[in-house]
Amino acid sequence: MKKVYVNEDWCLACHLCEYYCAAANSGAENMIKAFSGGKKPIPRIKVEEGSAINFAVQCRHCDEPACVKGCITGALSVKDGVISCDESRCVGCYTCVLSCPYGCIVISDESKVIQKCDLCIKNNNGDPACVKGCPNGAIVLEER
Amino acid sequence: MNRYVIIGNSAAAIGAIQGIRSADTEGSITVITDEPYHTYSRPLISYWLEGKVADENMYYRDKNFYTDNNVEVLYSRRAEKIGKSHVTLDGGEKLPFDKLLAATGSKPFVPPMKGLDKVKNSFTFMTWDSVKAIKKKVKKHTKVLIVGAGLIGLKAAEALYHLDADITVVDLADRILPSILDEDAGRIMQKHIESKGTKFILGTSVEEFSEKSAKLTNGDSVDFDLLIVAVGVRPNTELISQAGGKVDKGIITDDTQLTTLKNVYAAGDCTVSHDCSSDTDRILALLPNAFMQGEVAGKNMAGVEAHYVNAIPMNAIGFYGLHIITAGSYDGEAFTEQDAEKEVYKKLVFKDGLLKGYILMGDVARAGIYTSMIKERIPLADVDVELLKTRPQMMMFGRARRLEKLGGITQE
Ligand SMILES: Cc1cc2nc3c(=O)[nH]c(=O)nc-3n(C[C@H](O)[C@H](O)[C@H](O)COP(=O)(O)OP(=O)(O)OC[C@H]3O[C@@H](n4cnc5c(N)ncnc54)[C@H](O)[C@@H]3O)c2cc1C
Repeated sequence: MKKVYVNEDWCLACHLCEYYCAAANSGAENMIKAFSGGKKPIPRIKVEEGSAINFAVQCRHCDEPACVKGCITGALSVKDGVISCDESRCVGCYTCVLSCPYGCIVISDESKVIQKCDLCIKNNNGDPACVKGCPNGAIVLEER
Repeated sequence: MNRYVIIGNSAAAIGAIQGIRSADTEGSITVITDEPYHTYSRPLISYWLEGKVADENMYYRDKNFYTDNNVEVLYSRRAEKIGKSHVTLDGGEKLPFDKLLAATGSKPFVPPMKGLDKVKNSFTFMTWDSVKAIKKKVKKHTKVLIVGAGLIGLKAAEALYHLDADITVVDLADRILPSILDEDAGRIMQKHIESKGTKFILGTSVEEFSEKSAKLTNGDSVDFDLLIVAVGVRPNTELISQAGGKVDKGIITDDTQLTTLKNVYAAGDCTVSHDCSSDTDRILALLPNAFMQGEVAGKNMAGVEAHYVNAIPMNAIGFYGLHIITAGSYDGEAFTEQDAEKEVYKKLVFKDGLLKGYILMGDVARAGIYTSMIKERIPLADVDVELLKTRPQMMMFGRARRLEKLGGITQE
């Protein structure tokens, strides 16, 4: 299955992927609307900045997903290799936050339920927004 | 064609069904459950009581789960006895099996307490039926006494707080949540819960009950309309011990989840697990553990070798809006940071050059990176310990390990 990978030598730590991700999953038509009126949609991708190296991290869509296996409600599930969350069934216990070895489950400020990368399959974005938006080609969608 | 029989219909049983079906789509699977419901999430009972989760969202798997997986469920039936190749049900019916799984979970432990039989409104907090019964008795300002300040007692308290009940929690221990929190973190959580109006009487137990009042060992007495006993749980091991299987604190299995009985497996809260963070055998009564053990059992039952390793105690839970994530063991050298005002607490425990355990309260983001350090026993020598102490992050791993973890790239 194709997954998102980040080339850490090319990541500029510009954080654009975070904005594209947050906007794409906010339900708003465009970036400006997504962030207008004090709204702060949160990204499911996270840029870590170091002194010499930077990189973005998002869900690895593991073959043996600790988050899905540990989910106490059944809100997390795998379909065709993509792990996604039925947010209406999440109670915000954060067992998945406890379980994810990459720290890729994020907590919604507003609803307190969790959010995670689903490779943009639910938002009709086509290719993942982070991949499309990365100005330096550091984020790719490929089979490895 | 294999005949699989599973006793229990909760997390471990569901894990087993998925495990079996990943390897064998042909064999017959029969589930025996003494509860009347489609598989539901036990931890959600407090959310249901509070009104946060509706009936239709109680279910751990969707409505089609049994049909999709070709499973027959015998509801409201008890398995009474395990024989060599059959299970005897209540009523005497015999169900033959080739492979059997005991996924019988645990039951509330109610210690003998003087006068308890006089209390009409006395409940435990384990099943959907128990909270349905409680809901009928609770109104605004109903006086509730909860005996037990552990995870289940405080989840019950939280739900009843949302129903505007008047809550008092009594515990023999002098602090709350002693199984997962240290004293400092326990104090912050206790203050937080008290600030919402729930009262604690700690270091005290009930000397004697009358119908609507409890006399405590410290001389006080507490009046109540409703009593919840939540002092602990005990594993359901009797079926296995009566059949001659080895039982200690719980059912003993190997790492394929096979008991000492031929063709009989066990998984979930009824079993003893090996905690790799403290290198001890103990019951890990946790849902993720139950599911994953069940899944391993199911695969082995269907003839595909699998092992359950790297288990550790781990909890993600919130009370009255304050979240905690904890994992591993707290025996070792501790690094702590706290801001009691902001209700933020962090403790990292190191031993033998490894991260062994942690407590995060308030800010729990990305905690799983710490969990993976413990489970995978990644040496501290291989990570940037200063970054590790700051917050969980992938940056703390060296480049090679990071590329392997994130990029699927293994470098020579
Ligand atoms: C209020 C509450 C909150 C919790 N919160 C959390 C949480 O936040 N996170 C977490 O990880 N864990 C939590 N837990 C623990 C979690 O629910 C258990 O670890 C999990 O349910 C264990 O699953 P299991 O399949 O081993 O057994 P169980 O869920 O105990 O199910 C066993 C089933 O088998 C049935 N059974 C037993 N014997 C027989 C028999 N002879 N015949 C027929 N049926 C039988 C029982 O009636 C029961 O339905 C919580 C538990 C409670 C009560």
